[in-house]
Amino acid sequence: MAIIDDPQLSSSDAVPGERVYRRDGSAILRISESDAINADALTEVTADGTMVVNMGPQHPSTHGVLRLILEMEGEQVRRSKPVIGYLHTGMEKTGEQLSYLQGPTNVTRMDYASPLFSELAFSLTVEKLLGIEAPPRAQWIRMLLTELNRMSSHLLFQATNGMDMGAVSMMLFGWREREQVLRVFEKISGLRMNHNYIRPGGVAADLPDGWREDINEILDAIEPRLDEYDQLLTGQPIWRNRLQGVGTVSADECLALGVTGPLLRSTGYAWDLRRDIPYLNYEQVEFDVLVGGFGDCFDRYAIRLNEIRESIRIVRQCIDMMPPGDYRIQDKKVTPPPRGRIDESMEALIHHFKIFTEGFKVPEGEAYAAVESPRGELGCYIVSDGSAHPYRMHIRAPSFSNLQVMPHMLQDSLIADAVAIISTVDPIMGEVDR
Amino acid sequence: MTDENTAAEASAEDAAADDDAAPIETRYDVPVTFSFGDEVLHPSREQLVATATAMKADGFVSILDLFGVDYLAHPGRAVAEGLVAERFELVVTLMNHDTATRTRLRVQVPESDPVVPTLFDVYPGTEAAERETWDMFGISFDGHPDMTRILMPDGWEGHPLRKDFGIGAVPVHFKGAPAAK
Repeated sequence: MAIIDDPQLSSSDAVPGERVYRRDGSAILRISESDAINADALTEVTADGTMVVNMGPQHPSTHGVLRLILEMEGEQVRRSKPVIGYLHTGMEKTGEQLSYLQGPTNVTRMDYASPLFSELAFSLTVEKLLGIEAPPRAQWIRMLLTELNRMSSHLLFQATNGMDMGAVSMMLFGWREREQVLRVFEKISGLRMNHNYIRPGGVAADLPDGWREDINEILDAIEPRLDEYDQLLTGQPIWRNRLQGVGTVSADECLALGVTGPLLRSTGYAWDLRRDIPYLNYEQVEFDVLVGGFGDCFDRYAIRLNEIRESIRIVRQCIDMMPPGDYRIQDKKVTPPPRGRIDESMEALIHHFKIFTEGFKVPEGEAYAAVESPRGELGCYIVSDGSAHPYRMHIRAPSFSNLQVMPHMLQDSLIADAVAIISTVDPIMGEVDR
Repeated sequence: MTDENTAAEASAEDAAADDDAAPIETRYDVPVTFSFGDEVLHPSREQLVATATAMKADGFVSILDLFGVDYLAHPGRAVAEGLVAERFELVVTLMNHDTATRTRLRVQVPESDPVVPTLFDVYPGTEAAERETWDMFGISFDGHPDMTRILMPDGWEGHPLRKDFGIGAVPVHFKGAPAAK
């Protein structure tokens, strides 16, 4: 292992074939964001033969509004800096204004590709503070839906990743399969995205009639199509050349930078909260934690593709094990009275009104709960001062941490590979900026 | 390190030092409390880097999160015994993969001098999080390589997640645009 201390040295100084570990400073270009916009920096080639190029925020492959400042030496990226904040809308501040019942409507808009995970993390934290636990059926419904959501999120990744690599048919296939999952979500929660379905105390509504048939139908449809993706992409020489050995990162780098999820697993480090710190009923289902070996773009692609298969396995077990019972807790402090009671009881009407206008009070304290989202550890930290609104609500967004590893992946890669790297990091800018 | 050991050590130390004082439980020489099953350490600003370094050597290899809390409107909160509650709090979450535990560090940061030594040298993953904390709370990090705003525009005034930052009272402004009245 060679360590290059001097940030001025480039990869050509290392022994060929030897993996080069750099001091952290040299991969990150620490340039002011406004300096990088000025025209001189854009056009002039400096004395050391480098040139600063802005990529994004409106570049089609930047998955939203990510901007990268790249220091180029010819076709190769030397140092880089991700610039974020274009989608910042102050959602953590908004969260302080909303009651605990309204909270999920806010957090669900953070990671818009997998909204149910944010709702779940928020609800688990509020339940921790309240000292309650959702009834068994609610827990299984949550597992069922978050695993379906993991499928739709990874299918979206397959689609956008295919598009970025020029495999446009993959884009259409990915969107097509994702749409099937979203249609099931629409039937269950009423919305394709931003569901506000998982709430403190349980879920918003019970599963509709015929949910088993609907879900089995899409599982049966999607499973063979994953094999088609394999035929289309996995063994294809062009696909492999575009992804293999590109954007490599080591487990040590990932751990030091707080990277979680498929990125960490692609380095061969088996860490999955569903297995290692189980929440809901994950200890009762069987599934495999998938790891890679090289930490490159291909591993990240393959892990996400196979995680869809694992999710299908979990969803099938959830369908088999779904218990009867309440879908939300029968605690009158948290749960509004059923619709039928409102027509016949004045107290129920008042109670219903008060829960939705004032919200319920949560005891003083601070708590953190985390779930394994398709992008890594998604955590929620809430400080309660005993009122009906969170005093402070913070979301630990996996994409925010994962973005920090990007300069290390980009270093010494071709600018054409930058597209593959951004794509396989799979950042959702909504949760990066919050 | 098990709970019994530490509790026993702590109480033994206390018995030797002062019979009257209630035993203060410690980990890595800083007071510890528990919140819903999570260990919460309360290092001072001076102890922060040393505590994090010791914890990293002890298996807490990964930093999950670092962010601020502004307690301006909630002054009477509970902190560990022997500590003075300040306006700001820095919360750091560390993860130990071997024992599958998360430990939180809560650092009191006074309003008059909101500066904390950076954890960047111990955990490089704090770079973006410390920039966000500076941007949102105005807590600056001594020794950070790039202490600039991250989410708000470069020329922004104020720190939005502070409790005294107005809601809806901020004129929308963009770089180069005339100031809104």
